Amino acid sequence: MERNLHKQLGNMKKSLFDQGYLDEQFIQLEELQDEANPNFVEEVVTLYYRDSARLIQNIEQTLENNPLDFAKLDNYMHQFKGSSCSIGAKKLKNECTQFREHCKTGNGDGCKRTFQQLKKEYAALKKKLEHYFQVP
Amino acid sequence: MGRDCCSSGAQELHVLAVDDSHVDRKVIEKLLKISCCKVTAVESGRRALQYLGLDGDKSSVGFDELKVNLIMTDYSMPGMTGYELLKEIKGSSRLRGIPVVIMSSENMLARIDRCMEEGADEFLVKPVKLSDVKRLTNFILRGDEANQMGSSKRKLWDDPCSWFTTSCS
Repeated sequence: MERNLHKQLGNMKKSLFDQGYLDEQFIQLEELQDEANPNFVEEVVTLYYRDSARLIQNIEQTLENNPLDFAKLDNYMHQFKGSSCSIGAKKLKNECTQFREHCKTGNGDGCKRTFQQLKKEYAALKKKLEHYFQVP
Repeated sequence: MGRDCCSSGAQELHVLAVDDSHVDRKVIEKLLKISCCKVTAVESGRRALQYLGLDGDKSSVGFDELKVNLIMTDYSMPGMTGYELLKEIKGSSRLRGIPVVIMSSENMLARIDRCMEEGADEFLVKPVKLSDVKRLTNFILRGDEANQMGSSKRKLWDDPCSWFTTSCS
């Protein structure tokens, strides 16, 4: 029974990496986990989703303004990219970079398009990680 | 306590970590604790200055109790940036001897130069790794020994030994 669970976890993790959701930084975080702090990674990820929910909301609201405040959007995205990077969220990190490029060129439609994609990736990763942490 | 921890009797560094990101504070705190450091984590430059006794009221706690051996600060923070915090610290006769390390997600040469010119001892690109922290703490511990023996302070970047003391983890 124990072996099957470990295998399940291993497969899930492998697929998260193979599909490009996570990168090396996630492994770095797992290596910091020990007996004193066995749920460290889950705690960091939970913190990430809690804090970034607020950022996502702010970006959403700012994208509704007319004209768009690209400096403000870029600032929010810089913060979001930073935290995404810290948990090893590779795909999200790339979406953030893309978004910031659009901010630089003042491409409002590009920002909105990229943001929709980003939200999808964000939700998808959240689900996958919730599942991953559920395996004891 | 955990892997790689220093044996009893070895000096424990007290590090002040400054970062507005809650996630990053949690991670840097863990990295430092694993490296056998005492950590005080604050969310802004203002808070850091208050803690160091540089912001306004200098009475209250005696500085010795709070002795900080290293300050690690994020560069981009709202209000006071890491660069501005660095200037405040290096501008204080009482605190300028404390090594300051800047952490930034942006690997910009101009930014790095500015910080090093202002007296930063190291510039780390985020995300910060355990090997970065271990290299730093080793350097500071050796620096403390060297200071006790009366030798001059070296910058981390100029120290050839620091490049060979990375851990295997």
